[in-house]
Amino acid sequence: MNATTILEVQGLTKNFRVGSRFQPGGRQVVQALSKVSFHVFAGETLGLVGESGCGKSTLGRCLLRLYEPDAGSILFKGHDLTRMSEKALRPLRADMQMVFQDPSASLNPRRRVGDLIAEPLRVHGFGDRQKIAARLEELMGLVGLAPEFLTRFPHEFSGGQRQRIGIARAIALSPSLIIADEPVSALDVSIQAQIVNLLADLQKRLDLTYVFIAHDLSVIRQIADRVAVMYLGTMVEIGETETVLHRPAHPYTAALISAVPEPDPGTRRGRTVLQGEPPSPARPPSGCRFHTRCPAAQPICAAERPVLRQFAGAREVACHFPIE
Amino acid sequence: MPLLDVQDLRISFRTARGIVRIVEGVSFAVAQGEILSIVGESGSGKSLTALAVMRLITDPNALVEGRIFFKGEDILALPDSAMRRLRGGAIAMIFQDPMTALTPVYTVGAQIVEQILAHQKIPKAAAKARAVDLLGAMGIPSPLDAARRFPHQLSGGMRQRVMIAMALSCDPALLIADEPTTALDVTVQAQILELLLKLRADFGSSVLLITHDMGVVAQVADRVAVMYAGTIAEAGATADIFARPMHPYTIGLLNAIPRLHGPKLAALPAIPGAPPAPQEKPAGCAFAPRCTFQIAACEARPALLQTSGRQVACFRAGAV
Repeated sequence: MNATTILEVQGLTKNFRVGSRFQPGGRQVVQALSKVSFHVFAGETLGLVGESGCGKSTLGRCLLRLYEPDAGSILFKGHDLTRMSEKALRPLRADMQMVFQDPSASLNPRRRVGDLIAEPLRVHGFGDRQKIAARLEELMGLVGLAPEFLTRFPHEFSGGQRQRIGIARAIALSPSLIIADEPVSALDVSIQAQIVNLLADLQKRLDLTYVFIAHDLSVIRQIADRVAVMYLGTMVEIGETETVLHRPAHPYTAALISAVPEPDPGTRRGRTVLQGEPPSPARPPSGCRFHTRCPAAQPICAAERPVLRQFAGAREVACHFPIE
Repeated sequence: MPLLDVQDLRISFRTARGIVRIVEGVSFAVAQGEILSIVGESGSGKSLTALAVMRLITDPNALVEGRIFFKGEDILALPDSAMRRLRGGAIAMIFQDPMTALTPVYTVGAQIVEQILAHQKIPKAAAKARAVDLLGAMGIPSPLDAARRFPHQLSGGMRQRVMIAMALSCDPALLIADEPTTALDVTVQAQILELLLKLRADFGSSVLLITHDMGVVAQVADRVAVMYAGTIAEAGATADIFARPMHPYTIGLLNAIPRLHGPKLAALPAIPGAPPAPQEKPAGCAFAPRCTFQIAACEARPALLQTSGRQVACFRAGAV
């Protein structure tokens, strides 16, 4: 694999202010991302996993500056996105695109498919009408849809086909980076497999880099080269997919993996069911944010926040007592 | 005699474009203390089947035909008043989204008490105590405090526990769970599945579990019925079906699931195409257009036949 870094994130922090002083609880600051650092190599797929509220979607949106981060830097091909003006950012946006979870919510129901896919081409001045029409045909072929469908409306398609349209839009401008936020979560299993295969195939053909956000570890294993596990706005473990999923070093990663219901009745077992639920990100625990649910917590875990550090092979882990 | 015996259930809707058949002749039985899972993709008719057992399909354009025997009595023929006594009493249901199934304007304790008092003649104080006991039994920390809370003050996992507590408040013989863990995170899902298994062990309840997740089926169900486009494609013991699926759809479905363990495949063996829309279902086998084993006989609809401890609706069962 090509080991050039395409994206480098340092100390990314994002706070949301929620509530109002007139509400019970008053104004609160939710720290959705707390000093998150990682990098993405060109041509790879980085899987981003975690439970709801862990900040994975916020992170995806911050990477494209759809949210303004509060602190930290995002280096994309050497440009610091956090310091650029909207205007300076615009040409770069063509190079980073997003695929959303719910294709019916992200496609305008009143516009034809051809129109929807052509929009980014027009916005970024791709060329005249013939050039755009030729590109549309090519894109439909790439995502496995018949060119006749260009004149239809989104509601005439099934969920899987709509996701193909969403993907066609994202790859229209030949980006190098695609952030895919739960792109297959809303799809049925038999369709999900088609879209996962399509994304893998497009990656090879178009030399794409993916940041693939998902909550399903099995999907992540299928598509990601490396995986980053998040908990309550922090990165707890990041490394080669097979290493992290089969020899997890962070207790949270281990708990997450053991909670996955395997489609194999032979694996029924007394699993280490994690007790309780993630605490509110408005009042994160001190020290290691996982210490309140961690089976291996020690006094130091409540006092001191562990930093990501190299551990046993191709991965980093943020834990005072990683699993050997 | 099975606790629940559904025979040739058919559900269709009158629409402007004619009658649309959603469920087409589904038969299954749930034995005492058994967990039967109906698994299928969206639009397969699994949730409608569950609603029909509760007689909750109230659309005036819906036609529900067939027979549903509960403890030997055909509940489709029951008068409404008798059905109301049954519903929430001997048959209880939990839904995918507890936020919409609970009312936002009463405390969860009050909602459980209401259900108990609707079915049992006991003093209100006793009903309150029972509600708190149930919340505790569902693994809710400080149940007395939780009973005084409103649904929006509880997390998704806690709300689902409240729903289960409410469903169990009248000791139902049959619990119908429609995608009970789909909206939950995986660690919380594991807790709720453990809870379902514990309930069966402690109370001997039968469970009809509706889900789309083969992982959930594998972990909790004794038997499984795989639905496709309104019919049962295959039914049998869970271990059996996962070890040796016989219907091409079941085979395709199991192959298409990405796995956390075992060898990693270069590409997932996906099933080509998509399930048919209800009004465009083929006259023959509904899966035939997507099936790699299709033969001329598939132009006709295959019956669900018993073959070696298993029911399969396929002309080529055993050959594929």
